[in-house]
Amino acid sequence: MSDQSQPTRPAMIRLLLLFVPLAVMLGAFVWIASLDPLRSFNNGAPPVEALTVERTILDETGIQILVRAGGSEAMQIAQVAVDDAYWTFTQAPPGAVARGTAVWVRIPYPWVLGEAHRVALLSNTGTAFEHEIAVAVPTPKATAGQLRIQALVGAIVGLLPVALGLMFYPAMRGVGRTGMNFLLALTVGLLAFLLIDMTLEALELSAGAAALFQGSAMVWLTALACFLLLMAIGRWRGQPEGLALAFYIALGIGLHNFGEGLAIGGAFAAGSAGLGTFLVLGFALHNVTEGIGIAAPMLRIRPPLWTFAALTLLAGGPAVLGMWTGSLAYAPQWSALALAVGAGAILQVMVEVSAYLMRQNSDRQAALFSPAVLGGFLGGLAFMYATAALIKV
Amino acid sequence: MRAMPTDPYAAPMPGMAHGNMTTVGVVDHDRNGFDPTTMLTEWETGLTDLLPDGRTLRTFEVAAIDREIEIAPGIFFPAWTFNDRVPGPALRAKEGERLRIIFRNYGSHPHSMHFHGIHSAGMDGVPGAGLIGPGEEFIYEFDAKPFGCHLYHCHALPLKRHIHKGMYGLFVIDPDPARHPENAAVAASRVLGSPENARWQELAMVMNAFDTNFDGANEIYAVNTVGQAYMNAPIRIDKSRPVRIYLVNVTEFDPINSLHLHANFFDYYDTGTTLTPTLRTVDLIMQCQAQRGILEFSFAEHEDGMYMFHAHQSEFTELGWVGMFDVRGPEA
Repeated sequence: MSDQSQPTRPAMIRLLLLFVPLAVMLGAFVWIASLDPLRSFNNGAPPVEALTVERTILDETGIQILVRAGGSEAMQIAQVAVDDAYWTFTQAPPGAVARGTAVWVRIPYPWVLGEAHRVALLSNTGTAFEHEIAVAVPTPKATAGQLRIQALVGAIVGLLPVALGLMFYPAMRGVGRTGMNFLLALTVGLLAFLLIDMTLEALELSAGAAALFQGSAMVWLTALACFLLLMAIGRWRGQPEGLALAFYIALGIGLHNFGEGLAIGGAFAAGSAGLGTFLVLGFALHNVTEGIGIAAPMLRIRPPLWTFAALTLLAGGPAVLGMWTGSLAYAPQWSALALAVGAGAILQVMVEVSAYLMRQNSDRQAALFSPAVLGGFLGGLAFMYATAALIKV
Repeated sequence: MRAMPTDPYAAPMPGMAHGNMTTVGVVDHDRNGFDPTTMLTEWETGLTDLLPDGRTLRTFEVAAIDREIEIAPGIFFPAWTFNDRVPGPALRAKEGERLRIIFRNYGSHPHSMHFHGIHSAGMDGVPGAGLIGPGEEFIYEFDAKPFGCHLYHCHALPLKRHIHKGMYGLFVIDPDPARHPENAAVAASRVLGSPENARWQELAMVMNAFDTNFDGANEIYAVNTVGQAYMNAPIRIDKSRPVRIYLVNVTEFDPINSLHLHANFFDYYDTGTTLTPTLRTVDLIMQCQAQRGILEFSFAEHEDGMYMFHAHQSEFTELGWVGMFDVRGPEA
């Protein structure tokens, strides 16, 4: 610090230098708000209006929708029509809907099981915002029985395949250098598939959210932030490997399974998926490789038995939470956010597993494109893609 | 997964009110400046003068005015109006009179009045014949013929936009009994203000609709502009007197509209240009755009009660075109 050219200013002065621009900014805002110097731009156009339906609940009292306003001014919901018929409704809280806030609109409409309905919200300017209920089914309720059955589905989809995959651990322990490379590359391959899958899913969900959430930017920035934070945490004490790396993989996969649970729960609540046995088995098969991926970095150590249980819970348990959340408290922006966090986590473990794979081999260049590594990577991608065909409906 | 009802036709909410099909709230008729109930019986007869040849000269003054109107509770529409109301004033004259309509355009766009009637090319209200710009004035002049239930509307282009923004109204020419000796009594009953006309309950009804989001399909259907107006305020019918409805369809975007009367039948005079019905004993008539006619019926033999009428396109009904007749005796 010998080349410090400026003497340190007194604290009062530095504080003042901070407050002057802040005060000018505040003053400018007050001036613009009070004098409205932009009023000559007012061309008589009506305010921009936007309404986004975030949740739909169908039950014995009719149709309930959670609506978020995103216009340039507060909005009035003047009338509600269901299937081109004006219907009585109540709004809670009542009155104008301020930008960014959400209200519940409750319509005592006798909806028809298994059929489609179209809800139109008309603002005071007569602008119609339509929301389609593709297949009307009763929305699941948070009863003990409902939670239990969803937990069962979540366990089959999340916990069971991870546990099954981890059971390959003893068989995998004997493999040599090439086998190890193959397994690690396989892990990276399946993670790459999950990353693409989650990112696309998150972007698709975010497109359905209100504009003020800036869905696409939110997804990319969240994923990036999550990736950087996990990288920093992971490398706090050197590069993760062994058990630590296994836990990071389990965390990333857990977040992915949370997203998968959200999707199943949400689809179930929306009536768009009759959750057949075939579909559930498809998910289970699709996720078996996740257990193998988690086991791969632990092959050189001897982990205590409890870690397998912990890894299974961490990687598979979130599927249950996702099921509950998706069917009971769904909102596109929060689901997209959860998936973006997962995408960042997946990217982190991809980087770390790849780094671990490279460190295992003295000739890094040769190892990277060896048949085992390339085969493992492409094999992982192919397996995930093929089994995903079972679950995409 | 909750156990689903096994019967696919079982309503999941037994006992739910299917009768909740209605708009919510009420329209502020005072702010609108017109009330669908008073509009039913409000005839604009203008000012009369005697011409040198002994005929009557009837003068109407009509102005085009931009105005925002409430067409269903809480829903506002930027209308173009004749005389500050939608539909415009229901002009009424008598067969054979000379008519003079002084038209002033206070609106923001060119407008005209195109009358469905018999007149010369220069009085037609099309571009070059009485279509005037903002701030201008034009006087349409022609004989009132033929008698019947007619309409006028703005014929500025684009036509669809000018009509559905609210520029239309009834134009009724009562038959002159002296010219129709074979049906003099019927003709006399249609002359507004005559002793024979006094027992009739005459109602002016314009079937219209509004495309509030300008996507080429209507959001609100109505008679006399306000959706469900006559559900909220049923039309009082004295059952001891016959009912005559002057009905015109000015609905844009949908090719036809209709009127169905519940629990009763009526005689119908298409375009109102005859003194004998063109359709007898029907309970539903269709009208394409600008088609119109006269309905005559009686509730004399009915028990007191609410009798519904509506378009029999269910979609129109459920989007506002439905009303009630509150039928009672004169003293009830």
